[in-house]
Formats: sequence, structure tokens, C-alpha cells
Amino acid sequence: MQKHVKALGLSMALAVPQMATSADLEVTHWWTSGGEAAAVKEFAKAFNATGNNWVDGAIAGSGGTARPIIISRILGGDPMAATQLNHGRQAEELIEAGLMTDLTELAEKEGWKDIVNPSSLLDSCTFEGRIYCVPVNIHSGQWIWLSHGAFETAGLDVPADWNEFVAAAPKLEEAGILPLAMGQQGWQQNLAFGAITIGVAGIDAWRKVSVERDASAAAGPEYKAVFEAVAAARELARESNVQDWNQATNLVITNKAGGQIMGDWAQGEFQVAGQVAGKDYTCLPGLGINEILDTGGDAFYFPVVKDEETKKAQLELASLLISPEVQVAFNLKKGSLPVRGDIDLSSANDCMQKGLKILADGNVLPSGDQNLSPDTQTQIEDLMAEFWSSTMSAADAQEAYVAIIADSE
Amino acid sequence: MNQTNHSKRPPQLFKNLSAKIASIPMILTTMVVFVGGTTWTVVHSFTNSKLLPKLNFVGLDQYERLWSSRRWLISIENLAVFGFFSLILMMVIGFFLATLLDRKVRGENIFRTIFLYPFALSFIVTGLAWQWILNPDLGLQQVMHDLGWTSFEFNPLNSGDTVIYGLLIAAMWQGTGLIMVIMLAGLRGIDDDIWKAARVDGIGTVKTYIKIIIPMMRPVFVTALVIVASGIIKLYDLVVALTNGGPGLSSEVPAKYVINYMFRAQNLGQGFAASTMMLVTVAIILIPWAYLEFGGKDNG
Repeated sequence: MQKHVKALGLSMALAVPQMATSADLEVTHWWTSGGEAAAVKEFAKAFNATGNNWVDGAIAGSGGTARPIIISRILGGDPMAATQLNHGRQAEELIEAGLMTDLTELAEKEGWKDIVNPSSLLDSCTFEGRIYCVPVNIHSGQWIWLSHGAFETAGLDVPADWNEFVAAAPKLEEAGILPLAMGQQGWQQNLAFGAITIGVAGIDAWRKVSVERDASAAAGPEYKAVFEAVAAARELARESNVQDWNQATNLVITNKAGGQIMGDWAQGEFQVAGQVAGKDYTCLPGLGINEILDTGGDAFYFPVVKDEETKKAQLELASLLISPEVQVAFNLKKGSLPVRGDIDLSSANDCMQKGLKILADGNVLPSGDQNLSPDTQTQIEDLMAEFWSSTMSAADAQEAYVAIIADSE
Repeated sequence: MNQTNHSKRPPQLFKNLSAKIASIPMILTTMVVFVGGTTWTVVHSFTNSKLLPKLNFVGLDQYERLWSSRRWLISIENLAVFGFFSLILMMVIGFFLATLLDRKVRGENIFRTIFLYPFALSFIVTGLAWQWILNPDLGLQQVMHDLGWTSFEFNPLNSGDTVIYGLLIAAMWQGTGLIMVIMLAGLRGIDDDIWKAARVDGIGTVKTYIKIIIPMMRPVFVTALVIVASGIIKLYDLVVALTNGGPGLSSEVPAKYVINYMFRAQNLGQGFAASTMMLVTVAIILIPWAYLEFGGKDNG
């Protein structure tokens, strides 16, 4: 198997010079934090090595800011050559309108179906049997990141799960350390809520509420425990006054905070800061209680362009993004998991190994985008934004949550 | 001129014909874009449109949801507080600065430039700049601490109770200069003879301003009021740049609710209902005022 992959890589390296066309490709994305930028440079480096030119079109702000800009450019007839989007249903209408390049031929030639793991990633790129995007990584949001330095200062062992973390919090506070770092933005508070739900309520209750949208389950005792845990977490994060997620991660890196609940993209920040997993920081998937991850991620789409040279270069880039070498280089920097199961990631750190193992065991759940409509998600996010920043009681929040689930379509 | 053809006046329609033809494009734009667009929005606010507008009527459902949404109620309350204070403070400070400049101070040009300069910045830049200035670890508070005043605490953006005043500070810094310049233009339009007459009658400066000048500047005040008021209703980009609605929901505003529900939540019906409510609010305030101001007899 390993040999086969190497041969594939070699043949591609040989094939590249022949089809080199040297086109300028503008690629838009919203990877702008330190770790993200370092990762995207790996793409650019590999692409420039083929004789083409990667024109970086980074859009500052989160996906929520960048996505409307990207979509309006495509709709307005000024498409970029390639763009990042989260796969799922965001690009569906653009594909329907015939604005995205069909990659099926390339995908069949390179056998993407057999190499992409989990296969749901490629399914998200498929529309009416045709493939329109290249998945590049897998991200999950159910992680807590713990600072060894902070726990050392407080004279404590690094907790092994969420419950130990909560128990250790008073000692942290005594030592003048903020227990939980939390960026004051709705999506981060919502992400923490999601992670705590998986950890505290467990997969069955979660599935009943999020997939089957069973309001009575949302009103049940499992979720009561969830809301109480979130209320406790809120008190741990009371003094956290940063906004962006990477500022909150920075509090953990600099030992000013004990931990942060954040997706695995936080790992890129630890890496940029030169920290070593297992030595300077610890990560616990599923908050250390239920080791389950969701499998969202990023994918690249290629809007239809007129220029033939650019078209050729687009396909080159598509094949490059999923090639083993680039997958390894990119995901090591980004802290995300690669989309192919057939590559050697022994160089990956402690945290990524944990993630890879969970992935290999198949302990995955569909990400929020696939279950709840954006409308319902926004309502939950609003609720969480209010809950985390006020003194709203856990019971009131649960009641509001039940109403949102009952109303969802 | 009317006397010669009073028996057979040409139809009113053809009076000033060329002027009327010239205004047809604007009339069409108003009818199609403003009236048409507004009607379309209001009609669709009674539907359950999601990502695409559909005419599937659900009665008042969207409005019921809107008025039971905590976020909307917070938004309305914030707008009221922000509107009340910024209206009063901007008019008062703007007028006060203008009178100071009007006293023919040395270096008037420099002061005018300084006060007006922030207006050249967009709300996004203003928001970012003030986000840094009001950041306790980076801005004003830290500077004071570094200077030795360690008990100094000024951190409005991190508490839900005070964040709206942080917004107010940034908005005032940006907009007061414009109001000042408008007021100054009004003051300069006052005939010098008025001042001379007042002086002859022995009326003091302050009293002259309050009793004579301000009443004469009524049209200028109305202009300034309209500019400030429309800025308040539109308040959106400053919030996005400065706080993005946070902490929690405590600095949300109606315009942000509309955008958020239309595009992020992909629930057009809900967004339309919210924007219709904004229109109704404006109409409730504006119609009686416009009637008093422009309706009835021309009171010159």
C-alpha cells in the first residue's frame, strides 16, 4: 500500500512538468490566523512548484464574513479561480446554476472515491452524482485544550476529563489563573455548548435532539445536566474578556488560562507558538468523556472560468490539493486531519494521533450543518450568546432551547 | 400674466412641462425601487420564505416570533437608548462647538479640520480604532495605568450594561464634526446686522444666541436632525466593527437582526418582518413630524 502511494506521488511529480501551463490562479479563503496562514502557504508552495502562480486572496474575518463576498463575486460574473468553502449545502445553489466546475472526470481518474475517508466528505461534494469540490481537511469542534503551565502554577495535575477540570477550577482561580478562556462571540459559546452536550449528555440523547429534533428529549434530564454544566462553565469563563478565538487560545498558550473549548484548528496556534502536545499542552477530544468527533471541514470549489489555461491549472490544483504530500504538509500545519486514510502520519503529534484513532474507529457524528437548518442554528447561537454573557438560569435557557427545537423544521 | 388667459387656463398637467419630463426618471426610481421594493418586502414578511422568496402566506407568524425573540427586544431597547442620547448630545455638542468657532477664534481652520476629520473615516475604521482605544489591556486604561494612575478603570465594551455607551462615544466622535460644520454654516448665514442690533439693545451674547439666533436657525436644526436621525436608524457597521453585538446580545441593533436573519439564518420572512417593523417605527415618528413641518399652510 505504502509503496503504491509513493509510486503515485512519483508519477505525479513526473507528470507535472509536462502539463505545466503557468497560469495565475487567484484563490480565495479565510485562513488568516497564524497557524492557518502557515498551512495555506503549504498549498501555495506546492502549487508554485508546478510552474503556476498562486495569487493569494485571503479575506480577513470568519467564514461568515468571507462567504457572502465569495458568493457575490461568483454570482456577479467575476469569479476567482478557486475558493475555500465549507462543504455541505453552502454551494448547492451555485452548482445548480452551473457556476462551478465539474471535477468528476478527475476524481474518477484518481480514484477519490477509494481514498477519501470518511466517505461522507466526498458525498458532501457530490451533487446529483457529480463531484464539484475537493475536500482538504477534517475539522471537529469537540476538544478542550489545557495548559500544562497553568496547572503547574496552581500545583495541580493536568485533568483527564471535563469533570476533573471543573473540580480543579477553584484552585486555578486561587492561583490567579482564569479557569476557562472563552472568546465573547456567539459561535464560540455555541461551539462550547455543542462540545459539552456531547460530553455530558452522550451520543444517544444528542442524536434524539439534534437529528430527530425531539423536543421532549431536549426537556429531559440529560439536557438538564448539560445546561447546568454550561452554566458552571460560564462562571469559569466569567473573567474572560477576549473576542476572537485565537486570542482566547493565546491565553492558554501563555498560561494565563487553564483551558479552552475550541475546535482542532486551535492546534495550529499552539504549533506556531512552538509548543509541544503532551508536554506544553494537552488536548481532550469529546472533553475526555465521550471520545466522539464530528467531521466538518473545508473544501475547495473551482468556479467556471473562460480562459483555457486557467481551466487546466484549476484541475492541476485540484489534483494537487488531495495529493498525499500536500495533504500531509498542509494538515500538519493546520492541525486538522487529512481527508485520505492511506497516508503515513507518523510525524503527526499527540493530538492529531488521538483524532486519527477516533476517525479510524469510526466514532464520528454528522456536523451541525447537516442536521439543523441555518435558521435554527442562528437561534441557538443567539440563545447561547445571551446565556453566556448574562445571569440567565440554566432552567430558563433549557426552556428556551426546547422551544427552539420544537419550532425547528 | 394670468389675467390675459384667466378664462382658458392650460391644464395643470402641462405647466412646467420640461421640468416634469426631467423628473420622470427620479419618479420612476422612487416608485419602483422605494415604493415597489417596500411593498414587496412587506408582502413577503407575511410568508414563510426561507432562502428564496416564496408567496406562502402564514399570517402574522413571523411577527409573533419577532416580538417574542429576546434578541429583537434587546435590539429595540438598544436603539432607543442610543438614539435618545446621540440625538441630544450630538445636537448640543455640535451647536456648542460651532458657536465657539463662530466667536472668531484664532486658528479656526485647524479646529474645524480636527473636528471634522473623523467624519472622513468609515464606521468600520472608527469601530476598529475605538475597539483598540477602549480595550483595557491596550488602550486608554492601560495608558493611564502606565502613567501611574492605577485605579483608573474605563472598560465600557466588556460589560453588557455599559457597552451601548461605548458605542455612543465612538459614534459621537465620528459624527459630531459634521453637525458642527452644518451648524457653523447656519451661524455664518446670520446677518451681521442682527448682532449689531442686539448689541445696540444691550442683549448679552448668550441671550442673543438662545433668543434670537437659534430660532432663526430652525431650518439648519431640522437638516441636522434628519441627518442624525437617519444615522441612528441605519446603525449597523459601527456595531459590527466595534462589538459585533457582544458581549452576548447586549449591543445588538435592529439592522443587524435584519441582516443576520436574512442572510445567515437564511430566513427571509423573519428578516422582512423585522425590517417592516423598522419602517413602521420610522413612520410613526416621522409622519406626524413631517405633517407639522411641511403640511398645512406654507409658514415660510
